[in-house]
Amino acid sequence: MDDYLLEVKNLRTYFFTDEGIVKAVDDVSFGLKKGESLGIVGESGSGKSVTALSIMRLIQDPPGKIIGGEIIFRGEDLLKKKEEEMREVRGNKISMVFQDPMTSLNPVFTIGDQIMEAIILHQKLDKVSARKKAIEMLEIVRIPEASKRIDEYPHQFSGGMRQRVMIAMALSCNPEILIADEPTTALDVTIQAQIIELIKQLQKDLGMSLILITHDMGIVAESCQNVLVMYAGKVVEYADVRTIFKKPSHPYTIGLLESVPRLDVRKERLKAIEGQPPDLVALPNYCYYAERCPYKTERCLEEIPDLIEVEPGHYSRCLYAKEIGVKV
Amino acid sequence: MNNYTDDVILEVKNLKKYFPIKRGIVFSKHVGDVKAVDGVSFYIRKGETLGLVGESGCGKSTVARTIIRLLDPTDGEIIFDGVDISKLPYSSLRRIRRDMQIIFQDPYSSLNPRMTVSEIIGEPLQVHKIVSSSKEREKRVQELLELVGLAPYHATRYPHEFSGGQRQRIGIARALALNPKFIVADEPTSALDVSIRSQIINLLQDLQKEFKLTYLFISHDLAVIRHICDRIAVMYLGKIVELSENEDLYTSPLHPYTQALLSAIPIPDPELAEKRKKIVLTGDVPSPVNPPSGCRFHPRCPSAMDICSKIEPELKEIKPNHFVACHLY
Repeated sequence: MDDYLLEVKNLRTYFFTDEGIVKAVDDVSFGLKKGESLGIVGESGSGKSVTALSIMRLIQDPPGKIIGGEIIFRGEDLLKKKEEEMREVRGNKISMVFQDPMTSLNPVFTIGDQIMEAIILHQKLDKVSARKKAIEMLEIVRIPEASKRIDEYPHQFSGGMRQRVMIAMALSCNPEILIADEPTTALDVTIQAQIIELIKQLQKDLGMSLILITHDMGIVAESCQNVLVMYAGKVVEYADVRTIFKKPSHPYTIGLLESVPRLDVRKERLKAIEGQPPDLVALPNYCYYAERCPYKTERCLEEIPDLIEVEPGHYSRCLYAKEIGVKV
Repeated sequence: MNNYTDDVILEVKNLKKYFPIKRGIVFSKHVGDVKAVDGVSFYIRKGETLGLVGESGCGKSTVARTIIRLLDPTDGEIIFDGVDISKLPYSSLRRIRRDMQIIFQDPYSSLNPRMTVSEIIGEPLQVHKIVSSSKEREKRVQELLELVGLAPYHATRYPHEFSGGQRQRIGIARALALNPKFIVADEPTSALDVSIRSQIINLLQDLQKEFKLTYLFISHDLAVIRHICDRIAVMYLGKIVELSENEDLYTSPLHPYTQALLSAIPIPDPELAEKRKKIVLTGDVPSPVNPPSGCRFHPRCPSAMDICSKIEPELKEIKPNHFVACHLY
């Protein structure tokens, strides 16, 4: 268990708003090995993006604050680092690609300027060699005529192309970890397929670790080795990808898998998860999923269940994890 | 495409919608057109769901809006219930709009934030003078709320008090208020979370059964379309490239674009995903201002031939009820 490149322990990130305290990430722990690809799945508000932003120390304060936990990267706790030291890590050792390629690029600088900025800052290259490196990166993400397009502005690129630029920028300093937060949600399916293939290929070639945040179980199935399912700020299930799909042992994961319409099997009617996710300001003091859970019993309304190990390497936050796992 | 009888509720013939591009402020000059929809024909039978699928910019939403005359068509016919409504003046359109309604994609921007739910759902009832008193209106609003799975006490609330899924329910209640025969659903589930999406899909299917509704269901999500539609039309750059029965399209897609589109969708099954061979298209969708010559898909097509860049393929019936516009067939 000691060979983790990145280990998140009991992370708590809360937002202090006028309506109350939003426990966006509440006691989240996981590890990431070198070269591993980890998928974080959940709905909006489940805390998956806030987890990523916490690792990057990009939580806006106020209203947000990391109030507890450790983020151990190469033996050092990122949460104890000073802002200047963090800058050495951010964008250099750990990079992030955001969801919306339309707004994450600065419209008044050329693509080249924006990629070169990180290269000059972190790798201490002069402008000429930084430019060479930037062109090289654009070629790696397969932007045609890279040496010409480097001088263009973001509005001259399509959505898919912009996401490629974002990836080029994130990879320009050879990071050890790439965090991709819904990298394809704003894109069309055929473009999504291109970007996912590209990320997978680059991860293999460069030997990076990948944290892929998504709400799409299909993308997880295709590109991740391990999966972390989040619900209302907590980890509800963790296992390798085959186990998650074959033997899910949390009712929420089961519900998620059953409620997605699929191409390969046509069902008469979808099994919908009834109800709404809980309000993060007023969370119950029992299982957060109980209100929507078809397996709910009296006991579920008494306590917040712990994350239990169903079988080696497979964790679930359900009182009946062991029985449910067998049933499905 | 004439193998239909009187059970056709809507027929669209050679529909075109161009948006002019103008230069200059004082003496504005017409310099070109965005050919958003360029000669689209199809029909919908009573009680069926036709799916219109395609990527952003393919013109699927423009088709939707033109059919219910939120946009005026540039050319072509829209025959609804036996009447060509493509050139009807607005005064006579109002009667027909009672029978055709739309559900929009974005539940956050399609509801007026200053109106209560009761006012939003009640407005069409007043406009069309369906109800005579406010008491009667309230009663109908309550009925509609219950129908879409909301509670009567929600009527006095404002849209911001609801979640995305609940807002979409309000939008559906509004569309149902006038007992329409035909509903255009323009990406009704795209803005919703997975667990909420299936609730809305189920609701739409239940309502269809109960009120014998006809749907034109527009989406970019082939898995959703697969689930809900009887027949499916695939659009690319303002044209229909393939149209067939649901099962047929998924088991034997003919057009290379449809094949690529289907293979691009990730399947939530890691074992299947490993075995599956993917067709990854290169390049982006070209601009509809200046579409490629011949077949519009040829620059991205893995099986393009010489003829494809020269002659535009027509939509032909290759198998019974399976139409495709491709030179391969």
